[in-house]
Parts: sequence; C-alpha cells; structure tokens
Amino acid sequence: MCEFHQGSHSHQTIDPAAAEMIEKANRENVETTWDRFEQQKPQCGFGDLGVCCRNCLQGPCRINPFGEPKEGICGADADLIVARNLLRTIVGGAASHVDHSYMALHCLKEAAEGKAPYALKGADKIKSVAAKLGIATQGKSDNALAQEIVRAALADFSSYSDEPMGWLKATVSPGLLEAWSKLGILPKNPDREIRTAMHQTSMGVDGSPINLLLSSLKMGLVDGYAGLQMGTDIQDILFGIPYPVKTEANLGVLSHDKVNVVVHGHMPEVSEKIVEWARKLEGEAIKAGAAGINVAGICCSGNEVLMRQGVPLAGNYLSQELAIITGAVELIVVDVQCFMPSLTKVAACYHTKVVTTTPIGQLPDAEYIPFTPENADVKAQETIRMAIAAYAKRDAAKVQIPTHKSEAWGGFSVETIVQALSKLDAANPLKPLIDNIVAGNVLGAVGVVGCNNVKAVQDQQTVEMVKDLLANNVLVVATGCTAHALAKYGFLTPAGAKKYAGEKLLAVLTAVGEAAGLGGPLPPVLHMGSCVDNSRIGDLLGALAGYLGVAIKDLPVAASAPELQHEKAVSIGTWAVALGVLTHVGVVPPVLGSPLVTKVLTGDLEGLTGGKFLVETDPHLAAEGMMAHIRAKRKALGI
Amino acid sequence: MKKILVDDSKCLACHSCEIACSVAHSTAQTLYGALAEPTPPLSGMHVEPSGRGRGFPLNCRHCQDAQCVRVCVTKALSMNQDGVIVCDNNRCIGCYMCFIACPFGAMQESVVTSEANVSKCDLCVESGSDPACVTACPTQALVFEEPDVFSKNKRIKYLVELAVSG
Ligand code: SF4
Ligand code: SF4
Ligand code: SF4
Repeated sequence: MCEFHQGSHSHQTIDPAAAEMIEKANRENVETTWDRFEQQKPQCGFGDLGVCCRNCLQGPCRINPFGEPKEGICGADADLIVARNLLRTIVGGAASHVDHSYMALHCLKEAAEGKAPYALKGADKIKSVAAKLGIATQGKSDNALAQEIVRAALADFSSYSDEPMGWLKATVSPGLLEAWSKLGILPKNPDREIRTAMHQTSMGVDGSPINLLLSSLKMGLVDGYAGLQMGTDIQDILFGIPYPVKTEANLGVLSHDKVNVVVHGHMPEVSEKIVEWARKLEGEAIKAGAAGINVAGICCSGNEVLMRQGVPLAGNYLSQELAIITGAVELIVVDVQCFMPSLTKVAACYHTKVVTTTPIGQLPDAEYIPFTPENADVKAQETIRMAIAAYAKRDAAKVQIPTHKSEAWGGFSVETIVQALSKLDAANPLKPLIDNIVAGNVLGAVGVVGCNNVKAVQDQQTVEMVKDLLANNVLVVATGCTAHALAKYGFLTPAGAKKYAGEKLLAVLTAVGEAAGLGGPLPPVLHMGSCVDNSRIGDLLGALAGYLGVAIKDLPVAASAPELQHEKAVSIGTWAVALGVLTHVGVVPPVLGSPLVTKVLTGDLEGLTGGKFLVETDPHLAAEGMMAHIRAKRKALGI
Repeated sequence: MKKILVDDSKCLACHSCEIACSVAHSTAQTLYGALAEPTPPLSGMHVEPSGRGRGFPLNCRHCQDAQCVRVCVTKALSMNQDGVIVCDNNRCIGCYMCFIACPFGAMQESVVTSEANVSKCDLCVESGSDPACVTACPTQALVFEEPDVFSKNKRIKYLVELAVSG
C-alpha cells in the first residue's frame, strides 16, 4: 500500500508511483500533461468564468467581469452566455454517455440475434430489466427477452411522441416522475433532446438563463437514464452483474516478465474481449519468451474489467501517460473518452503500441484496429498478437516499474450489496443498513465520483475528503477514477476499514462483512464501478428512499466529484442535483461569471429539486459541508 | 529602469492582461475572490483596437517628462524613486487636467471614492514582482525589460528576418 507522497512532486500528485514516473519522464525528456499544464498557464480568465461566447461567427464575444463590455454583439449578457455554455457542456457529457450506451445496445442487439460472439452473461439482469420495462418473461429464452429489451431501448431513440423516455419511467419512483413533470424537465427521445438543446443554445434562440438552466436539468436526466442507467443495465446483461472481487491497484501491477496490455477508455465490449483473448493466447506469449500476458486497466475500461474480471488497475486518468513511461507496456488499447491525444507521442519514446478501435476515437500515429461486435474475437486476437510481438522490442534499460500497489476490492453492484445485507436480514435486506443509519452508527452516505484534474493535486482532494468522511462514520461508495484513487491507498480493503473508518462505522462494516463471509469488515469505500455505473448509486438511493417511504432528497446523503475534469462529470452532477442530492464539486466549474447562474446552482435550485451544488476546493471544508447537510437531513427525518 | 514594452504583432487581444491587472488590484488577489468584491477592481491596462494589428495593450507609460505631471497644478502627480508616476491622494483636487494632458488616455477615474480621482497603472511595484499583465500575457506580447535590452532583441529579430527573406 502506498503512503501519501510528500516529495518534490507534491504539487502534482500524492501518488508515489506517479511521482516516480514524473521524475523518470523529466529525466528522459518525455513531456507529460503536467508540463503542458505549466505551458498553458495562465489560463484565460474569460473561459474560466464561462463568459466567452463563440456561438456565432460575429464572435468571439466576452464579457468583462470588472467593467465594460457587459454584453456580446447580439446583446447576450454574462448570465445568458454562462447559461448557454453550461447547457452545451452538459450536452457534451450526456451525448458521450448516451452514445456509449447506444454502442452497448448495438452490441447486445447483435449478440442476442446470434450475430456477435458475446454470451449474455447477466441472466438475472435480463429478468430484472425486463420486469421493470413491463416485458412478460414467462416461457421466453434469454435471447428472446434480450431482443425485446433492445426493442424497448430503441423505441426511446426513435420515439416521435411527447411521452417521457420509457427507460426513465421504468426506473424512477412515481414521486420523482411527478416532481420532474411539474418542472417540465422530463426528457423525451434522448437524441431529440440533445438536438433541441444545441438548437436552443444557438445564436438568437433562447434568451432566458432560467429556461436554459431548466433544460440543463433535463439534459442531466437524459444522461442519467439514456446514458448511465441504460448503459449499466445493458452492460450487466452482456457481461454479467458484478460480484465482489479482489484485485490490486497502481502502477506496481505492471509485470516485469509478462506482456503488459493496458485497456483504456470506457467500452467493455472491447476490454472484455481483450481480457478473454489475453487469457486464451497466453501460450503464444510464453513461446515468445514472456511469462504470460498481464492485462491492466486505466480509467473506466479498467473499472469495467475490474468489476467483472478482477483485472488490476494500472492507474487513473492522470496516470495514463505514466503507465507508458514505465517502459514496460507493450500495448495500450483505447476506445472512447478520456484518453489523451498525447499517448502516441509518449509511446513513441518507448516500444509501446497504441491501438485505437473505434471510428470516432482515432489518433494519427496509432494502429487502428476497427472493432465491431461481429469481428471482436478476430480483432482482439490481432491486438493481443501485436502486443506479444512488441514484447521482443522492450528495452530493459528503459524499464522502471514502481513497486507501489495496493490490494483493492471491487464489484459492489446494488445486487451484491443487497446480497451481503441479506445475510443479516433475508426478508428485509435494506433494514440492517437503515437501522444503523437511524441508530446513528452510520451517519449517512456519500457517493464520491469523477476524474482527476491536473488543476488539483492528483488524488489529494479525494483522499483527504474521504478520510474525514469515514472518520465521522459516513459510508462512502465510489466510481470512476475516484474509485481508482481510493483503491491506490487501501480504502477498498477490509484493512482500510480498520485504518480509516470511525468506530461506529467499523462495527457496522465488521458485522456485515463477517455475516457475508468476508472474514473481516467490508471495505469502508465500496467500489460500485465505472462512471456509467453511477446509475448503481441512483438505484441504491431509490431503493433506500422507497424502503423508508421518503424522497431521495430527504435522505442523509450527498454526492461529490472532488477532481472532476470531463463534461460527463458535469452532466452526471446535474442528474444528481435533479435527483435531489447535494453535490459537491472540488474544481470550480466555468460559471462564476454569472451571478445569476451561480446563485441558482448553489442555492435556489434546492427549492426546485431538493438538490444543489456545493463548490469547495478545500477537501476538509467540503467534507464538513456535506456532513452539515447530512446532519440537517437526519434532523428533518427526526433521527 | 525596466518598462512594460509591447510586441503588438503578438497581441491577440484576449484581454487576459486586463483581467490580471484587475485581480492584482483587488483585495482578494484571486479571480474568484475579486468577483465577489463590492467594488470591481479596475485595470490599468487597456487593450484597444489599433491601426497596427489586432489590438494594442496600452497602459500608463510612466513618461520621463510626463505631461500629466506638468499640468498638475497641486503637484499631486510626481515620479517616485522607482520611476513610477504616482498620485498623492491628499493633494489631488479632481480637476481632470491630467486626463486632458495624457496623450495615451492612461488616466481613469478611481472607483474608490475615499481615494484620489485618478487611477492608473502603478507597475505593480507593491507586489515586488513583475507587473501582473506581463505575467498573464499568454503570447508574451508584453515584456518587462530594460528598454535597451528590448531594442537589442528587436535589432536581432529584424536582422534575422532580413537574412531569411534576403
Ligand atoms: S451569439 Fe451573441 S454573444 Fe455569442 S458570439 Fe454571437 S454575437 Fe457574440
Ligand atoms: S498618465 Fe499618461 S502622461 Fe502621465 S505618465 Fe502615464 S502615460 Fe505619461
Ligand atoms: S494579454 Fe497579451 S495578448 Fe492578451 S490582450 Fe494583453 S497584451 Fe494582448
């Protein structure tokens, strides 16, 4: 397990493995994202405040926050420009997730029709998803049901009517449906909503910042249900519901004598096949002189195959270049989202092959191996063989693999959590958790999600904030690169419970862990998956609220994205506030140029949905803010 | 004495120097903090459209023989030992003669009513570091240099370009 890094790179990362590789990069004159960040300084204040508009060719226009001009050429003021830009950012995030789930849907369609080599491993999920969609299951094969599920999803994407999205209606409580209907933010066909929002924000359409903010909430729901929820549901059907699995995290998982293949990006359709064929072609690697094939993950591709295959994590977002800089990675295969265009430049300094796999995610100097659901077996073999061939070119003089790694548990789907709790109360699995919340043994829960951001010291805000939360008996669930961050420092282990959890929380984790046969406490931070798997947190909140007969906004919970970077994190956060959850962001989003938008997002919004944003860059104050909220919610519930 | 000097061919008119100047003259000293202040801090740097290029960042030139100092009847304006043209609040009577006299329009009204009527570039002397506008300029259109160094660099650049095109 690593101790937090204090050395000369402490302004960049607290991860000692990362610091060691930054040092190596400096020595070898390899440029990293931190170097480029320095070159970008100072970053433009107009962009930072969100007051720069390029939505028409008369622009760019920018508003001077300290004087004139106060309006763009068309008359748009700071409030309008910020609100338009924010909606476009959220559209970017929602579009990414919706396209991701659409690709998974396409894969499921091909698989269920027998045209693609993917077994449907999530038989239980087929039943539960069919049930929520109102599809009769009796006497139907898994394949037939999966095809009906695909048709239901495609119906949302082809819907012409003004009916809200079917997947959303099938997922959320009647109370939420009613609340969102009253606000006029229930999304229809998700593709249409994305198109409409781009139209709404174009020059000379919507001039009302408030109306744009409502559309932002709606776009958050587009992401929440056509992106996250549909994505997880479909992926669980294809690849199986995750169950607890033990693995390791950090650059130390890379192997000295095996062929190292890194999966990076987001689509399990690609990474699952890489893992499958790495196992099947191990013999070829041994023949080539290696000890075998070692697959490790970065970003959410890593999370997907960790959750279901126990594949170790090489690192989170800011460590992607550093994995190559170890000199020990034969091949890094990417699909969509969060891979830096710099990867090929870094790889050119070593023997590493960069493989792109999708028509929209290309890098000029990479090898392009176009994956489709139908050809995935062939393409995965081609990729693994390319990695094996590269192994011979590994330059021992350039290899330096940090020793740092930590044990990490993952695979905590809602199904898993319920199963663990049912060991304590089979009839009412949620009761033990609720009882402990009521008794104050668990103060509340926080979902810690999101990315790394070069503006924040890698992992620092996440770790410091989570330490405070756990010490105060707040249960933490995590996804995405934040889960990686916590994995690196031992938060995802039973030992982490003893190290970090407050006394009362530790007692609860121990009782659940022992009843579930873990032989020790549950980890104090439960890894619930990738960024699309934030839907799992939504499901859990929905189940808890349903059990208690209250709304999600009344629960003693909060969400946090301490080091968010991607537009997707902004749209996920918007979904969370629409659900009624107080959502902390640890990097200031580009909205401060508008007093109105800032006020609504951090204040008035609470009157509409029950949720709002808490902007705080100090991890301790962020933890305090969320705990104050949790205490207030407890008080309102009378507990 | 170092001066703020300009390579206006490099200025993209992004106005970053103006924002940095405002922040440097705020109480909070941070962009987000400055925004929250009741009186928006002024910038002494002004990027104006210019006949020469995209824009020209113009500030008080801290002239050796300053027109503003010449016309100031109460001797409120003077050059201090750092070579900065400063205004003595107690002496300024708010006649605006310096506004009329300054050929570059560097003078502006102070927003702080308790202070003098005059607000302008102070070369960030109090900060002890290079002027904020210079540090903020992403294209290095602004430099803080000895005028002779600036000229030498210009000569070299000119001759190199001449050789290339020649
Ligand atoms: S839409 Fe208006 S504010 Fe934006 S660039 Fe065009 S004129 Fe300027
Ligand atoms: S105010 Fe104008 S005249 Fe006075 S020193 Fe500055 S540039 Fe020169
Ligand atoms: S910061 Fe530099 S490029 Fe931008 S307006 Fe000022 S002088 Fe020009």
